[in-house]
Amino acid sequence: MNGIHDMGGMQDMGAIAYAKSEPVFHEAWEGRLYSMSYAVQGTGKLRLGLRPPMEAIPPGEYLRMSYYERWLTSITERMIASDMVTRAEIESGRPETGSVKATLALSPAQAVAALFKIPATRRDLSVPARFQVGQSVRARNINPITHTRSPRYARGKTGSIERDHGVFVFSDTSAYSQGENPQHLYSVRFSARELWGEQGAPHDAVYLDMFDDYLEPV
Amino acid sequence: MTPTRRDFLGAAAGAAGATAVPDPARASDHHDHEHDHHDDVPSDIALRVKSLESLLIEKGLVDRAALDALVDTYEHKVGPRNGARVVARAWVDPAYKERLLASGTAAIGEFGYSGNQGADIRVVENTDKVHNLVVCTLCSCYPWPVLGLPPVWYKSAPYRSRAVIDPRGVLRELGTDLPADVEVRVWDSTAEQRYLVLPERPAGTLHLGEEALAALVTRDAMIGVAKIVPPQKEAHA
Repeated sequence: MNGIHDMGGMQDMGAIAYAKSEPVFHEAWEGRLYSMSYAVQGTGKLRLGLRPPMEAIPPGEYLRMSYYERWLTSITERMIASDMVTRAEIESGRPETGSVKATLALSPAQAVAALFKIPATRRDLSVPARFQVGQSVRARNINPITHTRSPRYARGKTGSIERDHGVFVFSDTSAYSQGENPQHLYSVRFSARELWGEQGAPHDAVYLDMFDDYLEPV
Repeated sequence: MTPTRRDFLGAAAGAAGATAVPDPARASDHHDHEHDHHDDVPSDIALRVKSLESLLIEKGLVDRAALDALVDTYEHKVGPRNGARVVARAWVDPAYKERLLASGTAAIGEFGYSGNQGADIRVVENTDKVHNLVVCTLCSCYPWPVLGLPPVWYKSAPYRSRAVIDPRGVLRELGTDLPADVEVRVWDSTAEQRYLVLPERPAGTLHLGEEALAALVTRDAMIGVAKIVPPQKEAHA
């Protein structure tokens, strides 16, 4: 989706509110929300990825919200989409009459283990690679209205394959539980001049990780 | 410093006799909650999260002690000190450095660091000719096992938007001015890979052991928004 989250290259977002050090969670609720999101994810019952609901937040709201406010929207929508809770329950804060108590809750040890279990998005499959290291490629001019990892600022631009990372689950479909479509993921080098014209420094470059489906031969 | 669009607006507004230019960035993406209210007046969002927690516990979807354990893990067990130990080892042990650059995840795993957001960590090396900078323009990807959870500014609109189009300006804003002949490589972590910068070992540290070196390594240097400051010469030396 060509949403506000896809902000690479925008120029009027102001100064960076840099802090030399800061607490891991600025307020207690952030930690509770963060851990709830992972405890729920650890049950394996979510059918929607973290990003799609965040990317669907209207732009004005997205910019106003803090990072973990977006997470609250995301986990709420993911649980509703996965039939784990209803919107009425979210609003009332109480289980609906007659709802059966689940036995999904992970123990502390299971929850931490789930967080540390490496998410298996790499697939040990022999899928043919359409591109080779060193080859010139163009980022396809695609404009899906759904989740994608191909940022707008690189679309239509020409780069070269710097590395083949191997075969990975395709986020654009897996985020919706619509199939893994395993395919090669490449590191693609785009020169700053190609991306930004004369404003780019002559030797600088941006490297993006791009799925096979995002690329076409030049 | 390169003039920004806001400078032009400011100049124009000043010429027109206006006294203040609104700065929409102040309101975006960052909430200074600590100064907004006191702990005894929970914010609306704190109440919504509390309500969600009790709902999920009642429905049997989460366990309160499990939530405590998860918070504790990221508050106390994972953070940039992990990454600093990896960097210091690479500085003193050439064979380790070679493994680290060839396969970041495996070499980092030698310390026992692994887990979420760390399945594929690639380590990129700074030299006197190359400077690496890490960003996630689409969201907040970050190598958790070695750096912990990302700081607010890393996830904020100003950093995410500008790091790819004006990395040198971002670095200047954060205090580092790079020579024109240094190649800047920006790593936009758009999918599956996470990046850790291996900073240059600062001059004057040959006498330091691994632990003392690790103490010099900052989170910012491993994101690539800062250089490592050489240690102060000891007064009695």
